[in-house]
Amino acid sequence: MEQLFNRKYIIQGLFIIIAIILLAKLFYIQIISDKAFVAAESNVLKKKFKYPARGAILDRKMRVIVQNEPVYDLMVIPNEVKSFDTLALANALEISVEDVRKNLRKAKLKSNYQATPFSKQISVQSYARLQEIMYRFPGFSTQDRTIRHYPDSVGGQLFGYVKEVDSADIARSEGFYKPGDYKGKSGLEFSYEETLRGEKGVINTVYDAKNIPQGSYADGKYDVNAISGERLISGIDIQVQKLGEELMRNKVGAIVAIEPSSGEILAFVSSPGYDPNLLVGKRQGNNYMDLIGNPYKPSLVRPIQGKYPPGSSFKPIDALLALQEGVVDVNTTFNCPGYYMAGNHKVKCEHVDGNISMRRGIARSCNTYFCHVFQKLITKNGMKNQRQTYQQWRDKIAKFGFGQKLHVDLPFEKQGYFYNADHYDKIYGKRWGYTTVISQAIGQGEITATPLQIANAMAIIANRGYYIRPHLIRAMGDKIKKEYTEKNYVGVDAQYFEPVIDGMQDCVNTAWGTAVLSRIPDILMCGKTGTVQNPHGKNHSVFIGFAPRDNPKIAIAVIVENAGFGSTYAAPIASYMVEKYIKGNITGARANQVEWMKNQNLLPLLIDKSKKIKLTKADSLIIRKTDSLKRVNDSLKIKAATAKRPLSAQVSKRTVEVKN
Amino acid sequence: MMQQQGNRFFFNVDWITVLIYISLCAIGFTNIYASIPHPENATAFDFTSSYGKQLIYIISGLILGLSILLFDGRLFNVFAPFIYGITLILLMAVLFIGRNVGGNQAWIPIGSFRLQPSEFAKFGTALVLARYVSTFNPKFRDFKSIFIAGIIVAVPLLLIMLQPDTGSALVFLAFMFPLYREGLSGYFLLIFLGMIVLFVADFLVPITILVAILLTISGLFIYANRRKQKLIITTVFVTLIAIGYLFLVKIAYEKVLQPHQRNRIELMLGLKTDNRGAGYNVIQSQIAIGSGQVTGRGFLQGTQTKYGYVPAQSTDFIFSTIGEEWGFLGCAIVIGLYIFLLLRLINLAERQRSTFSRVYGYSVACILFFHVFINIGMTIGIIPVIGIPLPFISYGGSSLWSFTILLFIFLKLDSNRMGFI
Repeated sequence: MEQLFNRKYIIQGLFIIIAIILLAKLFYIQIISDKAFVAAESNVLKKKFKYPARGAILDRKMRVIVQNEPVYDLMVIPNEVKSFDTLALANALEISVEDVRKNLRKAKLKSNYQATPFSKQISVQSYARLQEIMYRFPGFSTQDRTIRHYPDSVGGQLFGYVKEVDSADIARSEGFYKPGDYKGKSGLEFSYEETLRGEKGVINTVYDAKNIPQGSYADGKYDVNAISGERLISGIDIQVQKLGEELMRNKVGAIVAIEPSSGEILAFVSSPGYDPNLLVGKRQGNNYMDLIGNPYKPSLVRPIQGKYPPGSSFKPIDALLALQEGVVDVNTTFNCPGYYMAGNHKVKCEHVDGNISMRRGIARSCNTYFCHVFQKLITKNGMKNQRQTYQQWRDKIAKFGFGQKLHVDLPFEKQGYFYNADHYDKIYGKRWGYTTVISQAIGQGEITATPLQIANAMAIIANRGYYIRPHLIRAMGDKIKKEYTEKNYVGVDAQYFEPVIDGMQDCVNTAWGTAVLSRIPDILMCGKTGTVQNPHGKNHSVFIGFAPRDNPKIAIAVIVENAGFGSTYAAPIASYMVEKYIKGNITGARANQVEWMKNQNLLPLLIDKSKKIKLTKADSLIIRKTDSLKRVNDSLKIKAATAKRPLSAQVSKRTVEVKN
Repeated sequence: MMQQQGNRFFFNVDWITVLIYISLCAIGFTNIYASIPHPENATAFDFTSSYGKQLIYIISGLILGLSILLFDGRLFNVFAPFIYGITLILLMAVLFIGRNVGGNQAWIPIGSFRLQPSEFAKFGTALVLARYVSTFNPKFRDFKSIFIAGIIVAVPLLLIMLQPDTGSALVFLAFMFPLYREGLSGYFLLIFLGMIVLFVADFLVPITILVAILLTISGLFIYANRRKQKLIITTVFVTLIAIGYLFLVKIAYEKVLQPHQRNRIELMLGLKTDNRGAGYNVIQSQIAIGSGQVTGRGFLQGTQTKYGYVPAQSTDFIFSTIGEEWGFLGCAIVIGLYIFLLLRLINLAERQRSTFSRVYGYSVACILFFHVFINIGMTIGIIPVIGIPLPFISYGGSSLWSFTILLFIFLKLDSNRMGFI
């Protein structure tokens, strides 16, 4: 009996053990793990997001250049959908019945219980039609949001575009972006995303198990109102920008105009451009692919990504350094026989001017003069110290913004090449001197710069010795941006600028100047043409300048690829831009010239990619003419094949110019 | 002396147990009140609502319990076979005239009230078992006594299985413990435990590996005891039975169990996840309980409870309301109350002079224990979904009254403990 009495403890012990097991599991799911708590919240809470309006962008005269337009997304909560008239919905949305079914299936895959996009960015007409018959489609609702609109249809590369975030964006943002959010992907929309996007609002609604709304959660304590994005005020003059894009129509190149005193960018033209409205709305994806596939690369932001040798526009800077260093004075003359001999290498000049001084050298863009100047600059510490002197020269030029990023407020800026002495050591060992790098004297060869850097160099000359970092946006909301006020001095005294500016003034305003045809009535523009040798085809046409001479209001750089002499295209384009900006209008005979310029087609014809271009009759004629060239290529190929030599050297990617 | 006690009905009643009983009923009412949606003008005395009805059940249950205390305790011993017989008749009747609710033919409608005979079969069986043990004083060393006790338990169990109400039938396994206390070999418990372990293992591990493990273990055991011939024979015998059992379970599982039962078992063992189908109850119940965290969301503040995310929340899943609104502390208090009650019942049973009272007391404690363990275990996902109520707390008149009767009969017997029944 005694033994059996003890069995009580076994049974009681079992009770206690089981109780401990129950409590342990409870302890785990209630206290240690918060999975259940999160799941409970997502059971009852449904968030409806209120999308804020993106901030508008104004130009320097407070004209709206980027704004918003309302669009509507049709949302669906699949498990609330009852059988409905698919045809009526399809008609209202102007899609097929199959699409209705397909979209519903897609939405179901995403979530059965949360509102999921059914048809995005439906048209205003569809929206109006739907409003009347919405009651027939339980489970469907509309969500309004805004999309971008660019009233002037210009500045594609400048403004960039806004796109729905992808999974990489969501991951990078550490949860800030949710699927369905939009985000600036390039241009200003990208740079100022945080200012423009505003704050998303949310309404938390409690739902019961049957998915019937039971009112707001915690009396709306956690609801947030949408806050619209702040507006930006840019330095762009949209009228000038528009003119620039029109002038550059059917041309490849870039225009950058800067207000020297503030560093504000007045015009930022990348050509070929595109209408930013193409990258808004339903056709965004297709249009984007079209742009990417375009052989003229409209997606390239040429003002900050195009890398061009500065060419003759580099000469004024050489002149400034020479004066500062004291290797020449304004009266120093060099003899120009039409060329300059750098050792055995002949640098050609366009003219034979005999003895030539700085002012005329600049106005006439004399290669010989500047090769001499360069020679003096590099050899001033003796022939043996050329390497060090080159490096010093290079560092002084770099202060003008070459070879480094200017950190403009746009993404993906390139810096161009401007090599240190080490670079040449690697190529030539220690045996190199000014003759080796003589092409630098005239802005050719190894140096490349972005149009922005070139325009900025012009702003430096206009300011007589300093620049303010170029930027597109001057104010966010009502706050003036502080980071763009510092003056960056380039180490050349103000007094040395006047002789150089004299030469640039002559270049545009005297009979012997290279850009005299681009002289603007009543405005004293100073400038410099450039003709940049292009190993791939016809030379690039370059012009840099600023105006007016005293208290300059605008500094400008224009580059037109494959357009030949700087004076033919780049200089007149610059002059129209300047006139438009300063006077507000171009009148008289020059107005006609503007129209003529707009209609010039200087697009290089790309034979090997011609399938992608729609050819006009005239174009195909030209192609037929080039057929003979092709045949040459073919025979070359055969020759190469028999000789078993690589043919890439001979049959490179060829471009053929269209003769006007 | 006996006469004196008989006149003073409430003499020697264990009021502490009554107090725990009332506490658990009150907790039940509170949480049933919280489990249903509340219109603005609701009152605690809306008798058309479930909490209003539960209030009636509690009050009538209390009256019922107190009136049981008025009986002479000896009557239960005398009438035990009679009560048992009635419950068996009802269990058979329910198979023919019962109403089918939720797939179980378990209810006999009497007016607006639905009688569930399986609830009453518990104390009927407990009484008759106690009567058998106290009358014949078997020590359960022989086959005959084990067989008779087995029949007493198995008949109602099988009748309930026919409804089919597996949950209620399972509870009858609780009678193993009183029999164990009265002398049944501990091996029966071990075998029972072994069967459960093998059953679970059968699903988690391929049968060939299980057989290999069993053979290895028995081989090692035989080698260790190679000089004890008798032990070797037993071991071989047990091993063969275990292997046979494994195959039997596999076959029975496929052929005998119904799809929804298979589903529940697979969900519990984690072989399957199904958040919307059969697993919905368990998942939602765990979410509700887990979201209570330490102190709970507070009375009427549980969102899962309020918005009906847990099905059967006022009946079998009432514990999820407790978990969500009162948190771990609330759960611990409820489990604490139960354990206190169970341990006290065992202690009370042990202080009985009569075997009848003791066996009955053990039966009450173990039936309650099975209910509490299976019910709470199911709401937190350590036991497959088996629809049995949480004693005194779950909504429902039948279950509350049968638990009340079960408990108060023992309290009456206990108050008579000085006497000889």
